[in-house]
Amino acid sequence: MKIAVLLKQVPDTTAKIAVSGDRVDHASVAKWSTSPYDEYALEYALQLKEAGAGDLVAITCGPDRAAKMLTDAAAVGVDSMLHVVADTAEMDSKQIQSILVAAINHCEADVILCGKQAADTNSGSTGPGIASLMGAACVGMVSEVTVEGDGFSALRASSVGNERVSVSRPCLFAFDKASTELRRPNVKGIMMAKRKVIETVSTDDLGINLEESQVNIVSHDSPPEKPPGQKFEGADSVRTVVLKLREEANVI
Amino acid sequence: MEITIIAEASGKGLHPVTEQLVGAASSLGGVITVLCPGGVGSNDASEISGVSKVISLQGDCFSSFDSGSWSAVMAPLSQGMVMASSSPSGRELGAQIASKIGAPIVQDITGIEPGYKVTRSVYSGKAVETSSLTTPCVVTLRQNAFEGASGGGSAEVVVVDNSTEVSVAVKEAIAKAGERMDVSDAEIIISGGRGMGEPSNFSHLNEVADVIGAAVGASRAAVDTWDEIPHSMQVGQTGKTVNPTLYIAVGISGAIQHLAGMRSSKYIVAINKDPDAPIFGVADYGIVATWEEALPALKEELGKLS
Repeated sequence: MKIAVLLKQVPDTTAKIAVSGDRVDHASVAKWSTSPYDEYALEYALQLKEAGAGDLVAITCGPDRAAKMLTDAAAVGVDSMLHVVADTAEMDSKQIQSILVAAINHCEADVILCGKQAADTNSGSTGPGIASLMGAACVGMVSEVTVEGDGFSALRASSVGNERVSVSRPCLFAFDKASTELRRPNVKGIMMAKRKVIETVSTDDLGINLEESQVNIVSHDSPPEKPPGQKFEGADSVRTVVLKLREEANVI
Repeated sequence: MEITIIAEASGKGLHPVTEQLVGAASSLGGVITVLCPGGVGSNDASEISGVSKVISLQGDCFSSFDSGSWSAVMAPLSQGMVMASSSPSGRELGAQIASKIGAPIVQDITGIEPGYKVTRSVYSGKAVETSSLTTPCVVTLRQNAFEGASGGGSAEVVVVDNSTEVSVAVKEAIAKAGERMDVSDAEIIISGGRGMGEPSNFSHLNEVADVIGAAVGASRAAVDTWDEIPHSMQVGQTGKTVNPTLYIAVGISGAIQHLAGMRSSKYIVAINKDPDAPIFGVADYGIVATWEEALPALKEELGKLS
């Protein structure tokens, strides 16, 4: 059985987001990147592969432009790539999860790594939802995972700090930011990646009968502009601000 | 109309966000049932005004967090509109329950109206999404975005003793040593950026925080630069999203990364020596000064209040 890492291409966190009509204008996004938490999932997926836990497949579901992200993943060492070409912008959590579960089954993977949430929707539903559909053990807020016998040992955030947990296959790890360094592709990796072929499929190819979305997106709007604040010069003004916090804002 | 609320625990008691979940549910109208995993806070939950019934879940699987087994017990009890906190565990549990009841989930909402019109922040605060839902569905609510319900209720408490196989085994708990209050839970936050110069200078933020009972946060630049500043303190797009009544940013320039995590704070104070720092664009009150001058004055003035 294989290891799968789920990657999502999102507007780079430094990119401006414009609303055109009643939707975010994707065409105006200057730069698309792999969602930041997914990069930690990819790093640990590579470490598990190197520790002999199985071949590694990178899976994404998204439009044509997402293919570049898979090529980048190949350049750091994933063995194969699956791209489910679909427009996910208006899909609800159930639709996305059903596509990804079909993709995971298609690849015969039973160890899944993903980010704890994507930087566009900021949700965090996909990992645990998939784990539930697969009947896999779900470990969220993960910052480290290692092979332990036939299973895995992971470090996750808890209410008191961290805790070390053990799971066996099938299992899913949703990654928080980790302290590890992310690897960057070298020239050899980039050359190798160019020769790797991305398996590109549609939802029909995977035999998915998509139900209608049960979440109807009414509109996207730019966040309300804040009225300009008051600005003071010098540390002497601290007293004025503290009084305003008490009397004007009523917060202290 | 049924509303099911997943209670949020804090230690051995109820987290205040639970009252906010009930407050939001009450604004919709309907019969409110609160599920208390492990029975934690079930008596307190029964005293929240507007709650009809509390189910105290006593099964063995609730002794440690495992969203798979918890949701297997909770899904059959989750009716209509299901609401949880958008804490990490609330999101994970909510998503698992949604999958098990065949419903969609919308995470981290900041507004809900009758007819199930919900709003939430997307693209890390750079846009607001409004969507409409039908039941069954699951939503998680951002902490401090909703008014809490008051006390004075007297709901019945029912014990359900079901368990399922646990698939995540906790081997070792690693407690944080002397960690200060978490920024996610704080009404007041004072955060430092790379402008603090040295990580040891965060002690000056701690001193101000102690005067007003605030939590201490940090920008990504500070967390990435100094090992002494843990990621658990990071406010921003790849850290925590916070919603306090007062946010004081010290030596933080205001990168879009940081603004994404704190711009919805009710009041923002910025202290920065650079008058052109972008942080002043979101601040209600800006002070152009060095932290070395401003923090002692701030500590003194706050200390005068009582």
